[in-house]
Amino acid sequence: MATQPRMGFFTDSSICIGCKACEVACKEWNGLEADGLDFLGMSYDNTGRLGADSWRHVAFIEQRSAAGDVRWLMNSDVCKHCTEAACLDVCPTGALFRTEFGTVVVQDDVCNGCGYCVPACPFGVIERRERDGRAFKCTMCYDRQRSGLAPACSTACPTQSIQFGPLDELRVRAQGRLAEVQAEGAQGARLYLADDDNGVGGAGAFFLLLDRPETYGLPSAPRATTRDLAGMWRTAALAAGLIVAGVAAAFAGDRR
Amino acid sequence: MLKPPVWKPEIAWYFFSGGLSGASAVLALGARVAGNRALARSALAGSLLGAAVSPPLLISDLGRPARFLNMLRVAKPTSPMSVGSWVLAGFGGCAAAAAAGEFLGLLRPLGRLAEVGAAALGLPLSTYTAVLVANTAVPVWHESRHELPIVFGAGAAASAGALATLLTAAPDSGPARRLAVLAVLVEVAAVAVMEHRLGPLGEPYREGRAATHKQVGAVLLLGGAALLALGRRRRLALSLGATMVLGGALSERFAIFRAGNPG
Repeated sequence: MATQPRMGFFTDSSICIGCKACEVACKEWNGLEADGLDFLGMSYDNTGRLGADSWRHVAFIEQRSAAGDVRWLMNSDVCKHCTEAACLDVCPTGALFRTEFGTVVVQDDVCNGCGYCVPACPFGVIERRERDGRAFKCTMCYDRQRSGLAPACSTACPTQSIQFGPLDELRVRAQGRLAEVQAEGAQGARLYLADDDNGVGGAGAFFLLLDRPETYGLPSAPRATTRDLAGMWRTAALAAGLIVAGVAAAFAGDRR
Repeated sequence: MLKPPVWKPEIAWYFFSGGLSGASAVLALGARVAGNRALARSALAGSLLGAAVSPPLLISDLGRPARFLNMLRVAKPTSPMSVGSWVLAGFGGCAAAAAAGEFLGLLRPLGRLAEVGAAALGLPLSTYTAVLVANTAVPVWHESRHELPIVFGAGAAASAGALATLLTAAPDSGPARRLAVLAVLVEVAAVAVMEHRLGPLGEPYREGRAATHKQVGAVLLLGGAALLALGRRRRLALSLGATMVLGGALSERFAIFRAGNPG
């Protein structure tokens, strides 16, 4: 039996038309509730951000040049399924786990809603659903993948802006696509998280962006907090040593 | 865009109660070794008190409180919360056995052994919560990861010394007072270093509730330490000073909690 390759998403924002079919297909398949009919006043984006009930989020960014021309950037954001996933590292119950597809998934029958994964994620993806108490995020349609299907969002995407497949194939394809887009004159085009050389050791979901990551609300230098954990424990050991020294000193000077 | 933590104020109370409890067990062992039984009894009572209130505080913060036992479903060194859950569980058992031996005379030799166990587990219990908050993507917490454990450890020692001072007659409480004064000085210095090194990232400490908690904390800690240092054996001065140090240590925990979790 062939080994299962790591699966991924390549989201090519240069051909995203902002239709939000991915958001809708995700909600339909995963049974996610609407999170309010709120008018955010942010271009055509009324989803705003990824959250417990929004596992895909199409960002709309309107840029106006000095000459008054308007450029419209659209990008469908999603959980990055990091190689070094801080959410998974800090989860105390083992509810978050690494699947056979290399993705990161919450087991909702185990999660006890401690909330640690929420501030651990360097992208602000995972969120606790307050009426439910547990944490939720994109599973890269774990159930569909186990049945040999592609995730709902990539299946619904009408322009192939969201591509699903073995990660190493997607990475090769993305390099070719970047060269094409640059040859067509997109100066700011770049790949985001398309290799292992970043603070999260690579990502199962990566992007072709037309501007700096910050423009899309993505961190330019994300870092898995757990990379610094050993040093923190060393400082804690030093602090524990200080407590022992303090108690010893307190008794050394005892003149009862 | 980062998501802010969802933790409730119970967690700030737990930073205080867990640290108080853990450092009290260390103080109790010190008093036992030094032959100061009155102080050992007070510190054991403090460690038991903290160990008793801590689990309910943590459980009430969960999104699914009925599933609190899932905290002991796995042991994960990459998760400070998992490490802490196991430490707290072991500590609670030791603190209870130690108290049963001392106060009820039940299985006294086992109780003495449990005092050593409680002191050993009390050290990580006093400091791991700092690692827990530093091990997040929240800049004001993560970038103070080299100072937070010192601040938490010192705060734990200060509150343990202060509570033991409150519970012990003046002739026997000398070491507890000295511990409290020493620890307050270390805590205040560590907080100053932390803010200096944070630079612009320390902005959350200069606004809103975090700023208020921090200022109140500093005044109470330093004022309380001064009373403990200069109060001789005057009951009222010592009690007031100890109460102030306890309030200051609690307020400082709330400042740190609110800096990363403005709520």
